[in-house]
Amino acid sequence: MFLSAILLALREIRRNLMRSFLTTLGVVIGVAAVITMVTLGNGATRVITDQISSLGSNLLIMRPGQRMMGPGGGGGAPRFRVSDVEAIATQVSSLRAVAPTTTTGVTLVVGGENWTSTVNGTTNAFFTAGNWNLAAGRFFTEDEERLGLASCVIGNTVREKLFGGQNPLGAQMRVRKFNCEVVGVLASKGQGAMGQDQDDVVILPLPTVQRRLTGNRKDVPSIMISMQDGAETEYVMEQIRTLMRERRKLSDGDEDNFNILDTKQIAETLSSTIGTMTTLLGAVAAVSLLVGGIGIMNIMLVSVTERTREIGIRLAIGALEHEVLLQFLIEAVALSAFGGLSGIVLAIISCVILSGLMGMPFLFDPSINLLSFFFSALIGVLFGYMPARRAASLDPIEALRHE
Amino acid sequence: MNAPEPAANIPLIEFRNIAKTYGQGEIAFQALRGISFSIQRGEFLAVMGPSGSGKSTVMNILGCLDTPTSGSYLFQGVHVEHLDRNARALLRRSHLGFVFQGFNLLARTSAQENVELPLLYRGEPPEERHRASREALGLVGLSGWEHHTPAELSGGQQQRVAIARAIVTHPLVLLADEPTGNLDSKRSHEIMELLVRLNRERRITVLMVTHEPDMARYSSRVVHFVDGLVASDAEQQEEAACS
Repeated sequence: MFLSAILLALREIRRNLMRSFLTTLGVVIGVAAVITMVTLGNGATRVITDQISSLGSNLLIMRPGQRMMGPGGGGGAPRFRVSDVEAIATQVSSLRAVAPTTTTGVTLVVGGENWTSTVNGTTNAFFTAGNWNLAAGRFFTEDEERLGLASCVIGNTVREKLFGGQNPLGAQMRVRKFNCEVVGVLASKGQGAMGQDQDDVVILPLPTVQRRLTGNRKDVPSIMISMQDGAETEYVMEQIRTLMRERRKLSDGDEDNFNILDTKQIAETLSSTIGTMTTLLGAVAAVSLLVGGIGIMNIMLVSVTERTREIGIRLAIGALEHEVLLQFLIEAVALSAFGGLSGIVLAIISCVILSGLMGMPFLFDPSINLLSFFFSALIGVLFGYMPARRAASLDPIEALRHE
Repeated sequence: MNAPEPAANIPLIEFRNIAKTYGQGEIAFQALRGISFSIQRGEFLAVMGPSGSGKSTVMNILGCLDTPTSGSYLFQGVHVEHLDRNARALLRRSHLGFVFQGFNLLARTSAQENVELPLLYRGEPPEERHRASREALGLVGLSGWEHHTPAELSGGQQQRVAIARAIVTHPLVLLADEPTGNLDSKRSHEIMELLVRLNRERRITVLMVTHEPDMARYSSRVVHFVDGLVASDAEQQEEAACS
C-alpha cells in the first residue's frame, strides 16, 4: 500500500513537471543557502585556527601590566629582564622554548630600495616558539646572540621588497643607523589571523636591538613561552605566575603587574565568534527554507482544490481516506526532498566557487548536508499534512460534482 | 472478491424502506420517501425519472457513496447502511465499478494508467496490473490505445476507458450514471451494446441511470422514480432489448 502510494505520488509529480519544479525552487534555495553559509563559515574558522596555530603551537605571551590595560599597555609596571627569561626556562617544567622579544618599527635600506618593517629583537628560541623554518641561510650563532652582533634573519616579504630576485645571504642591510649582515631567510607563513603579513619581519639578536635601536639595555617588553605538546596550560601558567610574582617581589595582597596570554585561547575566542556568525547566517538561511516550505503548502493547497474532481474519482474507485492522505503527503515530501537534494548540489557548486574566490578551503560537512536534507523532508511532512488532510476528508459525491 | 458465494435465493441488493432527507428543519428536503426493491445477480436495471425524482440519490446509496437517513440496505444479505467511510470504500473497491456521464478519467494520464488505478489501490503487483489493465482495455475494444491520454481519445473511447477501469477489478455491480449523456447517438448505442455484452458474458449486474428511453430499452428491467418513490418497476423482454 505504501509502495502504491509512492507510485501514485510520483506519477502525479511527473504529470506536472513544471509546476513541481517551481514548487521546489523555494526549498532548493533555502537548503542551498543554509549549507553554503555553514560550509563557508566552517572554512573561515579553519583558516583562522590554521593561522593561529602557525603563530606557534601552545604559545603563551607574557607582558607587563594587567590584562585589562590592553596590549602594550601596562603603564608603570616594570618590564621584564633577561634574567627572568632564564629563570622561566630553567625553573618551569614542560616548556619547549622561552624567547624574550622587543619589537620596534624601522626603515630598512638596501641599495636604492627602502622598506618599513618590524624588527624583533630576540634569541634563537624565538624561531622554535614561533614555528619558523629557514628558507635559506642559518639562525644566529651563540656569539651573535650573546654579544649582539649585527646579523639578521629576514622574513620573505622583506626579502622580496629589498632584494627582489637577488641572493640576500651575506648582503649588507641598513637598519635605521647601522648596517647588518643578512644570515638567514625565513620560510613564508602568509597572512596572520588578523590579516597582517607575518613575513614582513626582521629578526635581530636581542642585545643588538637593545643597544642600537631601543637604547635601554636590560629591559624586555615581552616574553614568548612555547609549551611542549600535551602540556597542561593552566598548570604551566600558574607556575610561571608564581615564579614571576616571587621575582617581582609582589606580596600576597598585590595584584599581578604582568599578564600571560594564551594564544590558543585567542584562537578559541575567534573561532567561537565566527561560529556564532555562522549560526546566525545559517538561521537567516533557515528562515528562507521555512518560506520554501510554505510555498510547498501553498501549491499543495491550490492543487487540492484544482484536483478535487480527481480526488472524487479516487475515492469513488475505492481509495481509503488514509491512502489519499498518504498520496498527498508523499507528494509534498517527495517535492521537498527533491528540492533538498537539488539544494545540496547547488550548495556544493556555489561553495566550491565561493571558497575559491575567498581563498578558503572547501570543507564538505556531511552532517549539515544530511541535516538540511532531513529538515527539508520534515518541512514537506509539516506543510504537506494540512492540504493532504483536506484532500482526504473530501466527500466523494461533492468532489465528483466539482467542476 | 473474497465474499462467500451467497445462497441463490438471497438477492444481490435489497432496499428496505430506504429514505433520504437532505438538510434539517424548514429547509429539509426529502429526496427518497421510503422505497423498497431488490435486484438479483445478473440483472440489467435502468433507473429513470425526471430530475429531482431521487434517481441520483438512489444511485449514490446503491454505490455506497452515501448512506440512507433510514431504512436498510442489504448487499449480498449483509447490512451495509451503517458502514463508515472506509468500510464503504473497501466495499466499493471490492465489488463495485463506476462509470460517470463525464467519463472522469485522470487528465494527462495514459489509458492504461487510468485503468490500473483501482488495482493500485488494491495493492496488485505491477505485472498483474499491466496484464489485467490490458485485458480490460482489450475487452472494451481499445487494444493498441493503451498509451494515449484522454485528450487524445474521442468521447466514446474515453467512456470505454472508464468502463475498462470499472470492470478491471471484476466487480459484482457496475453503476453507470448517464453513461451516454455526453455522447452522440451512434457512440451511445456502441456503449450500450458493450454494457449488454459485459452483463451477459461476464454476469456483471448493471445499474444505469438514464433519461433516454432509447438507452433504457437495452436493459432487462426499468424502474421509474417520481418524487422520491418508485412509480413503476417492469421487466422487459430480451427480444425487445435487442430490436
